[in-house]
Amino acid sequence: MVEREVTVQNKTGLHARPAAMFVQKAGKFASTITVIKEEREANAKSIMSVMALGAGQGSKVVIRAEGSDEQQAVDTLVELVESFSE
Amino acid sequence: MSKAVVGDFVTELDLEVFCCQQHLDRPLTTADVYRPGMELAGYLAHYPAGRVQVMGQTEWDFCGTLSPEVQSERAKQLLDPGPPCIIFSRGLKPPRQMIEAAQAASVPLLGSPLPTTQLISRLSHWLDNRLAPRKTIHGVLMDLFGVGILITGESGIGKSETALELVKRGHRLVADDAVEIRRPAEDILVGEAPELIRNMMELRGVGIIDVAALYGAAAVRPDKRVELVINFKQWEEGADYDRLGLEHHNFELFDVTLQRLEIPVAPGRNLATIVETAAVNYRAKAADICGASEVCRRLDVVMNKGNPD
Repeated sequence: MVEREVTVQNKTGLHARPAAMFVQKAGKFASTITVIKEEREANAKSIMSVMALGAGQGSKVVIRAEGSDEQQAVDTLVELVESFSE
Repeated sequence: MSKAVVGDFVTELDLEVFCCQQHLDRPLTTADVYRPGMELAGYLAHYPAGRVQVMGQTEWDFCGTLSPEVQSERAKQLLDPGPPCIIFSRGLKPPRQMIEAAQAASVPLLGSPLPTTQLISRLSHWLDNRLAPRKTIHGVLMDLFGVGILITGESGIGKSETALELVKRGHRLVADDAVEIRRPAEDILVGEAPELIRNMMELRGVGIIDVAALYGAAAVRPDKRVELVINFKQWEEGADYDRLGLEHHNFELFDVTLQRLEIPVAPGRNLATIVETAAVNYRAKAADICGASEVCRRLDVVMNKGNPD
């Protein structure tokens, strides 16, 4: 299992469109991926689940992956969240 | 366990704050409520100071029979250990000694117009729900004929599509994709949708749909007790599946055990009908009607006829 914390920097946070991009990217990995915000966990491959977190600007989320491509999954998704600019 | 503070139920139960407004952030750690009658009488050996304290007419009247000095002393004994708060029911006002002791101990004194029993019942209900352990589960929760069914399975296996078909047949959606499950009582699990995605459903290719707007208010409900879990799994050639309905799988969460059915998914299987049938069958079993047992009984009759002993 690999996990890393990332702070959501962009203004809209994990709003609908960023969440959709995130979920699409997560869906490309075989690992089970979870996004955790405070005490809530979301399935990173489910758009509804990720949006339900309501992770706005400044929120800290942990991305956790478990599976054959866990390291790559966490790296890619952390990088994606950091790359959001709007 | 989720965090809750006294201030949360002050708004929720519409309580009056008599003193220590600034200390409404005191944490609530147990769902138990206590009436400190014995303690007011001076017996403090078992005083559960961690609980919310409720003063009803009896306790209040009893206070009035004590001399002012004794009242001061008992008030200190009640408040110094730092209960989360003391609530006066029936619109009663706290005695002066109680207010002084509460200010010294930074414990809020609250009031409610409700009769004591009703107040306690509402408080307990609120506390049980609020302090219940919670977890978000990936799945769909539906109400079919009054049976709360949690459908689980990997992403893309067809949970939401099945749910939509069920909605069209008149069943109700509680939550799609993310189900927040809590255990408000020892053997009960209740699920609801996270606020942000309530009544919404995602359909691949169509996007997010508002089920309540499209299919009406009767197509959704805010929460539901989970009674049966149905797990969709990819059909595997050669795998063994339950053919009689006598096998039992379990779903466990927070030490609550529910029955789980393993439903193989393959082209041509009408999942909505299968889930619907599982719900009816669950109700029938609860009423002691079981297809498998009935067949066993008939077999017994026929086979024994062949060779009576």
